[in-house]
Amino acid sequence: MSEIASAVLNTASPFSKPKKTWVKKSVLPGFGLSIGLAALYASLIVFIPLAGLVLKSLELSWPDLWAVISNPRAVASYQLTFGASLAAASINLVFGLIVAWVLVRYEFFGKRVIDALVDLPFALPTAVAGIALTALYTTKGWVGQWFWLADIKVAYTWLGVTVALTFIGLPFVVRTVQPVLADLEAEVEEAAASLGASRWQTFSRVLLPALLPSLLTGFALSFARAIGEYGSVVFISGNMPYKTEITPLLIMTKLEQFDYAGAAALGTVMLVFSFVLLLLINLLQHWSHKRTGG
Amino acid sequence: MSIQVRNLHKNFGQFTALNNVSLDFPTGELVALLGPSGCGKTTLLRIIAGLENPDAGSVHFHGEDATNVHVRERNVGFVFQHYALFRHMTVFDNVAFGLTVRPKETRPDNQSIKKRVHELLELVQLDWLADRYPHQLSGGQRQRIALARALAVEPKVLLLDEPFGALDAKVRKDLRRWLRRLHDELHITSIFVTHDQEEAMEVADKIVVLNKGNIEQIGSPDDIYNNPASPFVYDFIGQVNLFHSRVDNGWAHIGDYKLPAPEHNTVIDQAAIAYVRPHDIELSESSSEGAIAARIAHVSTAGSVLRIELLHQLSNEALHVELPRAQERSLNLSIGAHVYAKPTSSKIFLQK
Repeated sequence: MSEIASAVLNTASPFSKPKKTWVKKSVLPGFGLSIGLAALYASLIVFIPLAGLVLKSLELSWPDLWAVISNPRAVASYQLTFGASLAAASINLVFGLIVAWVLVRYEFFGKRVIDALVDLPFALPTAVAGIALTALYTTKGWVGQWFWLADIKVAYTWLGVTVALTFIGLPFVVRTVQPVLADLEAEVEEAAASLGASRWQTFSRVLLPALLPSLLTGFALSFARAIGEYGSVVFISGNMPYKTEITPLLIMTKLEQFDYAGAAALGTVMLVFSFVLLLLINLLQHWSHKRTGG
Repeated sequence: MSIQVRNLHKNFGQFTALNNVSLDFPTGELVALLGPSGCGKTTLLRIIAGLENPDAGSVHFHGEDATNVHVRERNVGFVFQHYALFRHMTVFDNVAFGLTVRPKETRPDNQSIKKRVHELLELVQLDWLADRYPHQLSGGQRQRIALARALAVEPKVLLLDEPFGALDAKVRKDLRRWLRRLHDELHITSIFVTHDQEEAMEVADKIVVLNKGNIEQIGSPDDIYNNPASPFVYDFIGQVNLFHSRVDNGWAHIGDYKLPAPEHNTVIDQAAIAYVRPHDIELSESSSEGAIAARIAHVSTAGSVLRIELLHQLSNEALHVELPRAQERSLNLSIGAHVYAKPTSSKIFLQK
């Protein structure tokens, strides 16, 4: 009897066995269309050019390729590019947080102006920024002369490179932290204070963990932007091989000598490094996001 | 610990939130600050906590002036309407926070902290949630955790700002009974702010009714309900029927109808407002002395009482009546039926 019943039920059931699919079922329509467009767009703009870059560099034989990318001059430029970018992003992490804090937490005269100024590094042609910074930071410049008094040379050293990269990266940290900071309820701080926490304990144990995901995002964006920066750095760095030559400039040099494959090889190295670093930062961010529940 | 506030004054720009408020909160009592939004109740609570500074006046804890003591040192437990839990910390870490931020000399060791936190979590009946994060909890659970967190530092005073305001009706009812039981166990001086008169009536030992920065009345829930000191309190506590009238020689005249007003028998021809509570009205099908002729406009049979709206000659407003369910059978309550409504009790306030 039960066999018959179950057999009847089986055939009558309008629900077929769930098919294994790539995508989770969703009530939102248009998945096929939107993923198609997204893939097409990303391919045309990102994937195909990057694949082309890698293919081009593979025109070299392995020993040649290795010779190009492990050339001492190239290695020195990687060190400068990634080192200065890391330093610049770290500086922005601290001071970007302070700028965002001031803009969110206090009301003062000229706040809107400062708020607008933060975006300028986005808009300004980087060459203009480079020339302005160079003029300021040479040993005779307005700012540079004071450093020179302390025997510190800023322009035409790695320090100058870091200054330029800090300049262009600042908005990323400010703009990612600002909305999150504005969303933090004052109540949470009041709760911490009523439980006896000092100002510093409230900051380090309550506010900072809540801001961490957005700080990491800002750091990653600022860092990524700095790695690719070319325009502003070439003016302030002095471009001395082994000392103040960044990888993007080395690539330009190779291009000018019609060494396309060599340029592509260096580009691929930057691509791989950047990808690995950004992936690490994203994983870190994912982990911290998970803890706070988004 | 007892709390006194003296002549508190607080303005926000043009808006006066507190106008010369003085109050005593005796040790161990659960007091409700009740009033409509904008009446200054939350401001008063925040000033007592030290989260806000008064423009003038003082706050005394157990007779000592605490007006300039920082919230950190006041040793108050504060519970927020929207919980204000630390969302990157587990429930355990949230509750332990107040203990772990203590300076080294006074901080309990890890074992004692652990023991204390689990005691508190048992007290709020949520020990099994210790490893969760706040976003994994329901609203009611979050508020209980917030309460446990506030109690962890062994506060001398517990202050609750609309603690059940963000919860849905059923949870709110359960939680306020639970809060009352908790207070009976702990006997900690507690003040809670609410705009819900039912909540204040059910939970508090004493109610302070506030309106526009002033104290309207202080009293037990019974007192406030049965002897409202002002039209505002009468209006705010429970539903009322309101009649504009003229009082003359001990009677309040409403058109050609009159209500007895023996407390005003020396008053001659003065405007007054008469209030009658919906449950202080009897209905019958035959006319009698002092009854108002009316027609039934609407009957709501949902809930534990019958709510009836009557149309009548005295004003354009419907007369609200509440009857026990048992009367459903003895009366003809069809829409349009003629009935006679007789107020059994009324309160008349003279207008100045």
